[in-house]
Amino acid sequence: MSDVTETTGSTASASGDGGDVRLRGIGKTYGDFTAVHPLDLTVPEGSFFALLGASGCGKTTTLRMIAGLEEPSTGSVHLGEQDVTRLPPYKRPVNTVFQSYALFPHLDVFENVAFGLRRRGVRSVKNQVRDMLDLVQLGEHARRKPHQLSGGQQQRVAVARALINHPKVLLLDEPLGALDLKLRRRMQLELKRIQTEVGITFIHVTHDQEEAMTMADTVAVMNAGRVEQLGAPADLYENPATTFVANFLGTSNLIEAEVASTAGGEILVDTRGGRLGVPAGRCSAPSGTGARLLVGVRPEKTVLALADEAGRIPDGRNRVTGVIAEASFLGVSTQYLVDGPAGRGLAVYAQNVDRDPRLVPGAEVVVHWDRAHTFALDAAQDIEAGVERVEPATAGKDGRAERAERAERAERAEREEKAGKDGQTERAEQAGKAEDAWTADGAAKEAAG
Amino acid sequence: MSSATLTGTPPPPPPATPAAARRTTPRRRRGRLTPYLLLLPGLLWLLVFFALPVIYQASTSVQTGSLEAGYEVTWRFATYTEALADYWPHFLRSVVYAGTATVLCLLLGYPLAYLIAFRAGRWRNLIMILVIAPFFTSFLIRTLAWKTILADGGVVVETLNTLHVLDVTAGLGLTDGERLLATPLAVVCGLTYNFLPFMILPLYTSLERIDPRLHEAAADLYARPATVFRRVTLPLSMPGVVAGTLLTFIPAGGDYVNADLLGSTDTRMIGNVIQVQFLRVLDYPTAAALSFILMAVILVVVSVHIRRSGTEDLV
Repeated sequence: MSDVTETTGSTASASGDGGDVRLRGIGKTYGDFTAVHPLDLTVPEGSFFALLGASGCGKTTTLRMIAGLEEPSTGSVHLGEQDVTRLPPYKRPVNTVFQSYALFPHLDVFENVAFGLRRRGVRSVKNQVRDMLDLVQLGEHARRKPHQLSGGQQQRVAVARALINHPKVLLLDEPLGALDLKLRRRMQLELKRIQTEVGITFIHVTHDQEEAMTMADTVAVMNAGRVEQLGAPADLYENPATTFVANFLGTSNLIEAEVASTAGGEILVDTRGGRLGVPAGRCSAPSGTGARLLVGVRPEKTVLALADEAGRIPDGRNRVTGVIAEASFLGVSTQYLVDGPAGRGLAVYAQNVDRDPRLVPGAEVVVHWDRAHTFALDAAQDIEAGVERVEPATAGKDGRAERAERAERAERAEREEKAGKDGQTERAEQAGKAEDAWTADGAAKEAAG
Repeated sequence: MSSATLTGTPPPPPPATPAAARRTTPRRRRGRLTPYLLLLPGLLWLLVFFALPVIYQASTSVQTGSLEAGYEVTWRFATYTEALADYWPHFLRSVVYAGTATVLCLLLGYPLAYLIAFRAGRWRNLIMILVIAPFFTSFLIRTLAWKTILADGGVVVETLNTLHVLDVTAGLGLTDGERLLATPLAVVCGLTYNFLPFMILPLYTSLERIDPRLHEAAADLYARPATVFRRVTLPLSMPGVVAGTLLTFIPAGGDYVNADLLGSTDTRMIGNVIQVQFLRVLDYPTAAALSFILMAVILVVVSVHIRRSGTEDLV
């Protein structure tokens, strides 16, 4: 939602000397296409801030406007007290780690890292570069050319090249997008370590929800050019405010419901699968009697019981009945999909502690969970928003996925026109492929945890 | 040069008819021969149209005799020293004219190539066609057209006269009085015009390959636009600069059409001398010797140029 304002009470340092990044009503349009709707955002000094969203949601454009590589159509960018909206990139105390690193191919690692210092006429370049290369553990490769390095090493050069200038803000544009999964995990920790060490504000753009949650203090979830929700990772995960956030960050079971009564801090709702309870504090929508809501619960918080043994479920838990449609054994856990009157494809992640061999497709079951784990959203939203489609067949049918794809294509085409590069498409496609692999693995890991 | 490549390669395999090969040799053998078979047409072409003429001319250059009595090889290398002694001003002039034209081509071509590569957007293809368009007309016709354009009393000369530009160029020794035609300037202009596309095309190719994000990265790292150009764009386009200057300088150095049509006897280049020696004086040994000296001069200039621009260091 565009009315998101201050990031108050985040993990920022309380220095308050005005080193915050403040975006005021900043927006960007390309002809008819609105890449970023006017948004307000404050990134506190010293924080690790993530802009999370699917491709084409405007997160990279936002980042580029902070860097000065894109001129905002409306609004202003402030770094501390300074209004930098009209400053060209070379005058901003901001450095960027580019998606494909954009290392200078004709310069060796040393000169790549020294580039910013030399442009500012800094003396004693040598020692600073040495120290920086040591920080990213590339001291031995100072005289190599970028193309002689592996992807992870190139990535570290890109980080070193930006960090050596001690920018007020370091911008990271999908910096791990081109790396394989293992390296990516390692670099996530590495970047987090570096950020803690140098204390510079990091603004990290990513489409990978797990990456955002692992690294960032504060995450802003963007969708279709707007910030949907902003907060600490755990807060976003536990209390999504929109269906997009609920579905994009992890997986949510959303059930259509109507408010029956409100009493004692608890809202009772009627669903097609029976009555459920929601803590009033976890409802982000008006909850008068008769109001329509979407009731949600995370799959790992739910438990399966056979319908025959439903009597053993303690009272006061939310329960819906159904039939197991699918059971995928993932090693540490099993992922069930349950169809019932409440909804189709309710996901249940069960740890493989005592596997019940009777829980197989076709079995009649009850899905139950603690009422405290239930949240409720406004029903006037697309229940499918933010759902990541794995099977291409369903993605084709889904109008929203198509729209997102079109937006992505538009953005890519726009960028390409400027760039005039064929390689870019290729890279984007590769990134897309990596994303797919990542999503699958992420789901597996989630199921495990 | 290529003759070295020719002798350096293993002897071409006995040309077998495909049918015979299929019958007698197993599949694997044929697979191994394929690269050589693919080389064969090109090598034959080079042999017939490059290596043999070079050898023939080399032998001509050390022959003595006359057209009536016939020529024979007497290994007279003095022809070379005599040719150099007689015609060194023409060599010098060729290098200076071709060098000047190359520099002018670079100065004119680089901005245009840059524009096409980074700024032209949807006009890119149209501009590229315009660059290549002159090739649809014959080289000779185009140069003759320049003769008309630069003619005495023409619009160009009159305009330059009015602006007193010709007084300045005359002061520099580039033009003669109130004339433009038959002056060094006209020859250099002709050379520049005729070889400009050979500069623009390789420049464009190498500029087009530069990732525009490198410009953004440089700007992000405190480089002003001018510095971005000096530190990133120019170094990365050096392969194009070298290729373009070679493709311009080499043919311009041996050209005689421009000096013939746009110049005078005072602007004769070595190409004109060789042409006259071959076709009018019929002194074949001298003409052949001049050709070899020209080849040597160009090789020296080119290798110094490549060495100095350090392109082998570029990706």
